[in-house]
Amino acid sequence: MAVTEVRISIHPAGLNPKDIAEKIKAQFPEQVVDVAEFRDQVSVIVKRDQIVPICRYLHDEPVLSLDHLQDLTAVDYQKKKDIRFEVVYNLYSMRYRHRIRIRAQVPENDPKINSVVPIWAGANWHERECFDMFGIVFTGHPDPRRILMPEDWEGSPLRKDYPLPGPAPENDWPGFTEVLKRSKELREFEWEG
Amino acid sequence: MIQKEAEKIFETRELNVNMGPQHPATHGVLRLVLDIDGETIVKVTPHVGYLHRGIEKLGESLSYFQALPLTDRMDYVSAMSNNIGYCVAVEKLFGIEVPERAKYIRTIVGEMSRIANHLLWLATHALDIGAMTVFLYCFREREWILDLYEMICGARLTVTYPRVGGVRNDVPQEFLDSLWKFTEEFPSRVLEYETLIDQNRIWLERTKGIGVISAEEAVNWGMTGPTLRGSGVPYDIRKHMPYDAYDKVEFDVPIGTEGDTYDRYRCRMLEFRQSNNIIRQCIEKLPPGPIMADAPKFMLQPKDKMMPITHPTEALAYVIEEKVCKGCGMCLRACPAAAIFGEKKKPHTIKQEMCLRCGNCFVTCKFKALKVVPGGKAMTEEQLKELASAPVPEEITKAAEYMVRHFEFVKKGPKVPEGEIYVATEVPKGELGFYFVSDGSGKPYRMRVRAPSFIHAGCIPRLAVGHLVADVIAVIGTIDIVLGECDR
Amino acid sequence: MGLIQVDEDTRILPPNIIITSFDKLINWGRLSSIWPTTFGLACCAIEMMAVGAAHYDFDRFGIIFRGSPRQSDCIIVAGTVTKKMAPVVRRVYDQVPEPRYVVAMGSCACTGGVFRTYSTVQGCDSFLPVDVYVPGCPPRPETLLEGMMLLQEKIRKERARWSPWR
Repeated sequence: MAVTEVRISIHPAGLNPKDIAEKIKAQFPEQVVDVAEFRDQVSVIVKRDQIVPICRYLHDEPVLSLDHLQDLTAVDYQKKKDIRFEVVYNLYSMRYRHRIRIRAQVPENDPKINSVVPIWAGANWHERECFDMFGIVFTGHPDPRRILMPEDWEGSPLRKDYPLPGPAPENDWPGFTEVLKRSKELREFEWEG
Repeated sequence: MIQKEAEKIFETRELNVNMGPQHPATHGVLRLVLDIDGETIVKVTPHVGYLHRGIEKLGESLSYFQALPLTDRMDYVSAMSNNIGYCVAVEKLFGIEVPERAKYIRTIVGEMSRIANHLLWLATHALDIGAMTVFLYCFREREWILDLYEMICGARLTVTYPRVGGVRNDVPQEFLDSLWKFTEEFPSRVLEYETLIDQNRIWLERTKGIGVISAEEAVNWGMTGPTLRGSGVPYDIRKHMPYDAYDKVEFDVPIGTEGDTYDRYRCRMLEFRQSNNIIRQCIEKLPPGPIMADAPKFMLQPKDKMMPITHPTEALAYVIEEKVCKGCGMCLRACPAAAIFGEKKKPHTIKQEMCLRCGNCFVTCKFKALKVVPGGKAMTEEQLKELASAPVPEEITKAAEYMVRHFEFVKKGPKVPEGEIYVATEVPKGELGFYFVSDGSGKPYRMRVRAPSFIHAGCIPRLAVGHLVADVIAVIGTIDIVLGECDR
Repeated sequence: MGLIQVDEDTRILPPNIIITSFDKLINWGRLSSIWPTTFGLACCAIEMMAVGAAHYDFDRFGIIFRGSPRQSDCIIVAGTVTKKMAPVVRRVYDQVPEPRYVVAMGSCACTGGVFRTYSTVQGCDSFLPVDVYVPGCPPRPETLLEGMMLLQEKIRKERARWSPWR
């Protein structure tokens, strides 16, 4: 079967994002904390308890059909808000071309939230990255390991209280300090010219 | 008895093989741990993070304009597209409108970078599978494109040509002529590549039926770009959420059917021709006009407004007016040449021989004690002091205001409205999304890069299981990952 | 003939006609065919590939890229070295047989480059003895060629590296 060239038409989005927000509010009234809008993009701020039912509703409902998880990330509002972390889900529907953003609040003292991997398999690595960078634990994740930093790294780099140049050389990652030590030892065997 | 003995001798285990970060075939530093049973793969575990440079955290400490060169280094194969993605996102956040000419120019360079990316993809994919000639042919075309990049902006690979609000400088006419010649010759070159590998039996054996994924699964796994379109899903952000001049040019989007490596390869080959077409249309339709947006609150203004105060440097002098100076010492600390002397609470003086006329002290002084006087090295101290007390001419005041604003702008960044935004663009590899959270200051509070290579690398376990070891290389080639983007 | 004592600890081979002729011959042989390991990490790897391609040919200098470190004599560290990757780089370097050279290509390999962050090593010379630094972000292909020619000059000046008494 050949690969064909298709002229996809440019037509505007299906539902207005505000209508999607209204639908979510109607379906889960006590979970929605707030609805924010900025430059025609609507975010629905929800509590973290029922995040999996909310996402499943958004994915399965035929009128919404938000099947493309564009992005799953977290933001650290360190002192700006009461609840420190927010896990942000950017969703898009390929069929209807509308989109919405869900922000789930995750407190600092108990940074856990349910994993949405059963709904979108692509969320796997996104959630691992959030765990790595922020320290947010996703319960039910099939493979909770660090992904970008080495496995035994200490600390969550993207938190606001983590220094940009990294830890001081004394408490650096042991894998790296080992390399430095070994290279110093082996230096005496090098050709000096 | 013999059966048991035989079973013991022929006991097989799964072999655990490490395709390490340094390997001629992996496109960057990707580490794959393969569990293989004979030659068939049972499980693949990709390990990434060997190129994690902390771009997101670095972006939080730089202003929006300073974080732009960081995006070059992410997907370094198609540098212009990353810049365009970033600029489109930041422009939407600021709420500024790009002029028409800049939109067309950005479309042109975006499609050029799509061609350059697919050329490199084809070169490495074919090299991994075994067709070495294609590598040299593709680099020949890529060198042509990189020469064209150098003609417009001076850099080959890490260009920072699309800027927030437009592009950096206008395109010369010889660039457009040379590009037109390129678009006329390019389809014959694409035909050359296709003649080499398209109907080649080895190529067909190695790519047909490898890495098959259905449309729903591909969407569920988060794939985008040609990787997704090979499975039959018509998702192209240039059509779904058009930006720049994509709604003004006509082009088709190749969609595959089988969802295997061969279909993805054919999608990208057809995209070559489509991009060629788009570039030709844009060159024909290129309108005259400005190339940077006109938004004084968010853009750096051209420097000639500062000229009465900065040029000519030899004919001006900075003098501190003694009566007004409070002796706070701020200008002393701000001077890069250490040309200001004075004690605390006493009026300071500027030593004219050491003064660089940079204007730092002028900007820092809150009491307006710094005066710019026409004069220069020819004048003595007393003459300058007299002139300092004289009333200031109009144009110098205006230029001075502008200079103060310019300094604030560069040091702290523009005053951005608070809010958050997610904007996606179609880079050659898929969907590049930027999620900005702004807290009102000139630096992004959170800069999140949704890199297509990161998602696609996560799909390797799904695509490679059940195939042979050599097919893993074909799978890595077909999903077109680049580790700079994957790890950021 | 034999070894002359220069000061307390160092002993050198005296320059004589046999040693210098051998030097010239062997150094010429080594510098004309430096075979690097492909160690492209980041953006500089693309420029390194471009040098190896047809436009700026590496092969005319005798430089062929080998896949395995055991069969090469030089390692061109092209790109940013992160802390996670540092043990791997060191291991690959240890596997290259003597005489071996290191070329740090690009600003990130020389000094960490733009990335002064928690995960980037500020220059690969903190754990590797570097012979030639090629700055640039990324360096143009001609710059890398100049770097390799500097390495060739360095090899040409070596004295008695082939001998067991060094």
